[in-house]
Amino acid sequence: MQDLSLFLLDLVQNSIRAGAGLVKIDIHENEKRDWLSIDIADDGRGMDDKTIKMVMDPFYTTRTTRKVGLGIPLFVAAVERCQGNVTIESTAGRGTKLKSGFLLRHVDRPPFGRLDSTVTTLIMCNPGIDFVYCHKTDSGIFTLDTREIREIMGEIPLEHPDVIGWIETYIRDGLKEIDGGVS
Amino acid sequence: MKTLKELEEIRQRTLEAINLRKDRNGIRVVVGMATCGIAAGARNVLTGLIDQIRDRRIQHITVAQTGCIGVCRYEPMVEVYYPGEEKVTYVNMTPEKVERVVTEHLVNGSPVTEYTIGAAEKIH
Ligand SMILES: Nc1ncnc2c1ncn2[C@@H]1O[C@H](COP(=O)(O)OP(=O)(O)O)[C@@H](O)[C@H]1O
Ligand SMILES: [Mg+2]
Repeated sequence: MQDLSLFLLDLVQNSIRAGAGLVKIDIHENEKRDWLSIDIADDGRGMDDKTIKMVMDPFYTTRTTRKVGLGIPLFVAAVERCQGNVTIESTAGRGTKLKSGFLLRHVDRPPFGRLDSTVTTLIMCNPGIDFVYCHKTDSGIFTLDTREIREIMGEIPLEHPDVIGWIETYIRDGLKEIDGGVS
Repeated sequence: MKTLKELEEIRQRTLEAINLRKDRNGIRVVVGMATCGIAAGARNVLTGLIDQIRDRRIQHITVAQTGCIGVCRYEPMVEVYYPGEEKVTYVNMTPEKVERVVTEHLVNGSPVTEYTIGAAEKIH
């Protein structure tokens, strides 16, 4: 995976496949402490402890189309290269929380990539799911909550070209404002 | 800085400009978004598709994503469903190829045969 925005897109696919109705993405860039954390929480069907253990193992997946689940192991490897770690907390029937933290300025840290594109495509393609994206830096916080946007838009779907275009610009401007997701 | 207030304006404008038809028999385009697809560039293919549809104001198209469509070496893959017709599967897509598919297939109705899985399988 070339950048963090692609890892994020891939990890959220797991939440979507788990039938989540709400997915929360939290990114925290802490320059002072040289630490970057990326957390994803969903209210999907969750996993039991045995599954969580196996999920960290690259030769496990519950999918039937291919035998090897790669997404999480790939992410864990990238995080560990940056002296970080990944934890998964999950309750069957309740949801899953994937937490990760690693060195922000590590030479091997993948670039952020296009976080605006990732979040926009997630919203565009999943009309039945709400997303809360919160990005924190030393200079501020940016938050996008599709539930708020839905409330304002009423019967107009978020996938409408004008709305989705607005969302993309809103994220891009919001991140710029706080110097977030730059490199 | 953009504010949520602007959304209210978009809402007004949109309500006036279009009638929100519940189009159930429109064209459906699906992009494969499994790990292999994403690693192979599926996100940019999807973004390209969304931009094209927006810029050209094409209506009656639903864009969706799905997990693994099947064959990693053919990713990024895009499927096009016309109501009542057999689906067309495009393989090894790029944002450039998407542009042609939008013009020739989604707007003009004729599939770009050379990008389809059928054409790819002949070569392999
Ligand atoms: N958020 C989640 N909720 C429920 N199950 C999950 C979640 N994330 C991962 N899993 C389980 O872990 C498996 C492995 O995930 P992953 O490593 O991304 O590989 P893949 O998505 O290709 O199966 C998934 O198939 C799924 O069963
Ligand atoms: Mg996965």
